[in-house]
Amino acid sequence: MNTVNEQVVLKWPESLYSEFERKPGEEKRATHYCPGCSHGVIHKLIAEAMDDFGIRDRTIFVSPVGCSVFGYYYFDCGNFQAAHGRAPAVATGAKRSRPDSIVISYQGDGDLAAIGTNNILHAANRGENITVFFVNNAIYGMTGGQMAPTTLEGQKTSTSPTGRDTSLTGKPLHMSELLATLDAPVYIERVAITDAKHILAARKAVRKALQTQIDRKGFTFVEILSTCPVGWKMDPQEAKGWLEENMMKVFPLGVFKDQVKETEPLPVPVTPIPAEEVPEILFKGMSAFERTGEPDWGDVPERYREPKIKVAGFGGQGILFLGALLSNVALRKNFHVTWLPAYGPESRGGTANCNVVISTRPVAAPLITEPEVVMAFNGPSMDRFEPLVEPGGVLMYNSSLVSQEPVRDDIENVAVPATGLAVELGDGKVANLIMLGAYLSHTGMFTEEDVNEALNAVIKYKEMLELDRKAVARGFQYIRESQ
Amino acid sequence: MSSTPDTKDPVIVGPDVIIDPEMCKGCNLCTYVCPTGVLLISESLNHLGFHPAEYTGEGCTGCGVCFYACPEPGAITVYKPPRKPKKQKEEV
Amino acid sequence: MPVRFVKGNEAILQGAILAGCRAFYGYPITPSSEIAESAARLMPAIGGVFLQSESEIGAIQMVYGASGAGLRVLTASSSPGISLKLEGISYLVGSRIPAVIVNIMRGGPGLGNIAPAQGDYFQMVKGGGHGDYRLIALAPNSPQEMCDLTMLAFDLADKYMNPAAIMADGFTGQMMEAVEFPDPVTDLPNKPWSVQGNAETAGNLINSIYLDPEELEDRVRKLFEVYAVIEKEEVRSEEFYTDDAELITVGYGIVSRLLLSAVEIARADGLKVGLIRPITLWPFPSVRLGELARGTKKFLVSEMSTGQMVEDVRLAVNGRVPVDFYGRWGGVVPSVEELRKAIYEAYPEGETS
Repeated sequence: MNTVNEQVVLKWPESLYSEFERKPGEEKRATHYCPGCSHGVIHKLIAEAMDDFGIRDRTIFVSPVGCSVFGYYYFDCGNFQAAHGRAPAVATGAKRSRPDSIVISYQGDGDLAAIGTNNILHAANRGENITVFFVNNAIYGMTGGQMAPTTLEGQKTSTSPTGRDTSLTGKPLHMSELLATLDAPVYIERVAITDAKHILAARKAVRKALQTQIDRKGFTFVEILSTCPVGWKMDPQEAKGWLEENMMKVFPLGVFKDQVKETEPLPVPVTPIPAEEVPEILFKGMSAFERTGEPDWGDVPERYREPKIKVAGFGGQGILFLGALLSNVALRKNFHVTWLPAYGPESRGGTANCNVVISTRPVAAPLITEPEVVMAFNGPSMDRFEPLVEPGGVLMYNSSLVSQEPVRDDIENVAVPATGLAVELGDGKVANLIMLGAYLSHTGMFTEEDVNEALNAVIKYKEMLELDRKAVARGFQYIRESQ
Repeated sequence: MSSTPDTKDPVIVGPDVIIDPEMCKGCNLCTYVCPTGVLLISESLNHLGFHPAEYTGEGCTGCGVCFYACPEPGAITVYKPPRKPKKQKEEV
Repeated sequence: MPVRFVKGNEAILQGAILAGCRAFYGYPITPSSEIAESAARLMPAIGGVFLQSESEIGAIQMVYGASGAGLRVLTASSSPGISLKLEGISYLVGSRIPAVIVNIMRGGPGLGNIAPAQGDYFQMVKGGGHGDYRLIALAPNSPQEMCDLTMLAFDLADKYMNPAAIMADGFTGQMMEAVEFPDPVTDLPNKPWSVQGNAETAGNLINSIYLDPEELEDRVRKLFEVYAVIEKEEVRSEEFYTDDAELITVGYGIVSRLLLSAVEIARADGLKVGLIRPITLWPFPSVRLGELARGTKKFLVSEMSTGQMVEDVRLAVNGRVPVDFYGRWGGVVPSVEELRKAIYEAYPEGETS
């Protein structure tokens, strides 16, 4: 047997472009990073892993704001450039859209630990199946050496010129330790780019994080202590020493969380259903009806036609439902209808009201300030809306709960002991339907059958239907008997 | 040793290291990590204006540490010592 | 065509889904939360994504990621939330990423209140975020249009590679009316520019950074060439009784409906009053307003603000005829009666009312 020895070559990774065409200027083979900067090393470690795992095509690399803002010059895969600190949110959107992709959020310390703290914390807490490489060099490199959230106590930067005073600016933020307190992340480790031992440990961590994402096990985070010789105003050798002597003391290396082995892969995401099948789900439980012709008021007296109705009471009286049911009845008779509730603070604190406009023509204004019909279910509603009824209009009031008599004599006042009648039927809650029946009976607008038809369509709980029908009937009957 | 690495060149057999002086920024990190001390900084300047690292030409063990320490993707190529294919190993 | 009786806010989400939107990222804020609530219910049911984000800022950046990955994506908020989203909106434009952003406008400035308002016109129509850009801004005035214009917004956003906004208010959001829902869109546009995490799109880049000023100038020039096409092709407005009008009222969203009621009362009294309702706030119907200015004596603009769109009307009319303004703000909605009075006061000839 022929024995051909295997020649392993450590070379330019294929997951980095062989020429940096996106990089401006003549120099297309050297990075834009300063001499001795750790970014290039980290790029190589990531790219090598992308090569070895065969994930280049499906990798989405999110570049941050900072020196690595131009990550897309280098990584030969799908690339996003994100706003400052937002890479984990961008990564979240991309990953959830393309669950089969491998999403890398590559961020520096200002980006991740200052302006983007909120985004990284929550992406980690949600356990997004992404990998975050956090390059911590204790300074803002790109903007010219300002203080970072990870700047060491006493460290001089352009915005801490006499050294970081932690009594004023807080202590260096320990992101790995912070994120390790969360349940969701499966793997968090802090490594450093210094000597051979540490670089190889970093390589291992990079590979483990990406493999964990490939295995769909959840959020992985590798903090990489890095040198910024130019920002630190040191030569690369000095910078290395400074990192080892100072940064490593403040930011101890190690694994802060590792639940990779015991974590089960995330479930395979559901694929969206075909568009054709969407309406069935979208409109499930929503009644639909066809317009059958033109609306016609028929024998309804002129003064009751084209009503602008205000229904008012307290929360729980079914005020909004009354309005919606009346709207449905009218719609089924081909009328144009708008229903508008009072919302927000007005709808809290116990009061509720809604506006219903029914017309043979498309309704312009849905908001009623001068109602032609008011249904008042309690005293406060009566106080508030009785004065607003248009002269010649109708005031229906729940005489079981409204103790005062109407003061207006230029409108029709119709007392309906709706709550009392409802209690007689066995449930005070159907007072709204009794009032609706009474109103329709009084005005002759629609019949009991019209209401029942709408009830059949809109009531989801069929066991309620019988009582509802009885209540409507009782309302109609009450008016017939009292006239 | 050729100054333009052709990693596909079948002639090169490790252990060996090839440094492209035109891609080097002279940061010295490779010379610092090299366990055998066979890398140094050149007296000459490259087109970027740096004194690039260079290989003395002897003593590389192909350990690869300089490759990983180098921040530039193309400056250093390392040929590891040839090893027998895995299949062979299993058979042995 | 069957009709369904639905709330405006729900119609937005239903329209979005019919338009092929399969992802919603948002943060709760009154009065837009119902859109997120509908999405929370419906998106998972159709195999789409719903995510309540950590912040408005996070939500819009998730939109950036999801739309950049090739999906039709929706987010919805209300005025203070939109302020926070402006960062992301600027990035969406800068990276030429489509998205649909709903603003259910409320009273401001500051925390203001949750009542209906239109004080975000400048913010939405004139930019708001940093840099040179426009948002396609659509102003529905009914649940039907909440559906239809949301669907249109997705088409326009994809066609022109620019985010589009729905500018509505709490009334249009809370109101229920009959809506005829169109059939779902089955042929979504291909997005070869997107980053989908596959071999076909591995060479793509979603990016808004252009360090070379001339390169950025060129990029923005191209953007505004697209905007010129939008201004030519996509202006939408609706008119009532403008043919012989001596006074033409102008209002958008819910105000247009209140104005129409007031105009009809005035017409019944013999006043020659009309209404033009911009449906697209950007592109603005400037050309049409200029034409109308040649045949009418006066305009009356009404907004639920201290007067923002009125500036665009004045630019369009360009001094040919006077442009009056009647506004309520802080969440106060003008009544039909006060708009009628404003019409009578503004009416060019003589004493009325």
